[in-house]
Amino acid sequence: MSDPVSALKGARHAGLVEVRETGLGGMITLRGDLDSDAIKSAVKSVTGADVPALRKIALGDAGAAAWMSPDELLLLVDYAEADAVVAKLDEALVGTHYMATNVSDARACFSVSGEAAREVMGKLAPVDFSAAKFGAGDFRRSRLAQVAAAFWMDDAGAFHIVCFRSVGQYMFDLLKVASHPQSAVGVY
Amino acid sequence: MLMLHCPFCDEYVEETELQAGGEAHLKRFGPGSSDDEFHDYLFTRENPKGVHFELWRHINGCGKWFIAARCTVTLEVFGTYPANCTEPPQWIKDKISEKRPGWTWREFAG
Repeated sequence: MSDPVSALKGARHAGLVEVRETGLGGMITLRGDLDSDAIKSAVKSVTGADVPALRKIALGDAGAAAWMSPDELLLLVDYAEADAVVAKLDEALVGTHYMATNVSDARACFSVSGEAAREVMGKLAPVDFSAAKFGAGDFRRSRLAQVAAAFWMDDAGAFHIVCFRSVGQYMFDLLKVASHPQSAVGVY
Repeated sequence: MLMLHCPFCDEYVEETELQAGGEAHLKRFGPGSSDDEFHDYLFTRENPKGVHFELWRHINGCGKWFIAARCTVTLEVFGTYPANCTEPPQWIKDKISEKRPGWTWREFAG
């Protein structure tokens, strides 16, 4: 069996911000009634996180849960554990209407950190990144230039981006161009 | 730039995050319907000057369908609501009546 590798094998770029491909991440799409006790306790048991509020990400001791739509969560777990977590969800949610799928290998993950992180993101997504509108723990599903992406901000002010693996190189190149040292705008 | 409120994400999202889905509140005529009904269902669309209802999908976001009530003359947006209904909810009708008294659109009126 070959070893799993991430989309860009941890590529890095330093410009206005530091762009990093963050390697393999375990990701599970969970769909169902997010208000139901069954989903709430299942999410709690596998990630340690509560079901997140609208456009938020909730962190737990074993992972995180992010709000994707009114009936969909993205669970972030350890890559090696993803299949085991899906099995655990299948067991916990038997008899309820739900879907849990391991999508880890369909995705690429990036981080954007540094003073100008808001500005670099703001060049690519049609989202208001001012501190009043987008802060730590906020999660948005949108687009970066021409491809769909989801992103959130952590407590240190860095952005984490999730996109399809097939557009991983495009995403890295985009972030590279947007963080060119001579392209500072100084909006945020 | 057109910005619409996604009722599912509770956020004003820009047009490039959305996909236009054409006229809203169409009644489907499928197998068993007459040729005329099927023809109208496929091809006959409103082209109003004034109040209009259109489907939008938050495709680069939650992926859900919603309906926007707009004015084709001023491009004013009266409001948006989830698409899982067969006619405009009363609150949006009231809101349109406030600004465009006596409006009608297909079989709906204020």
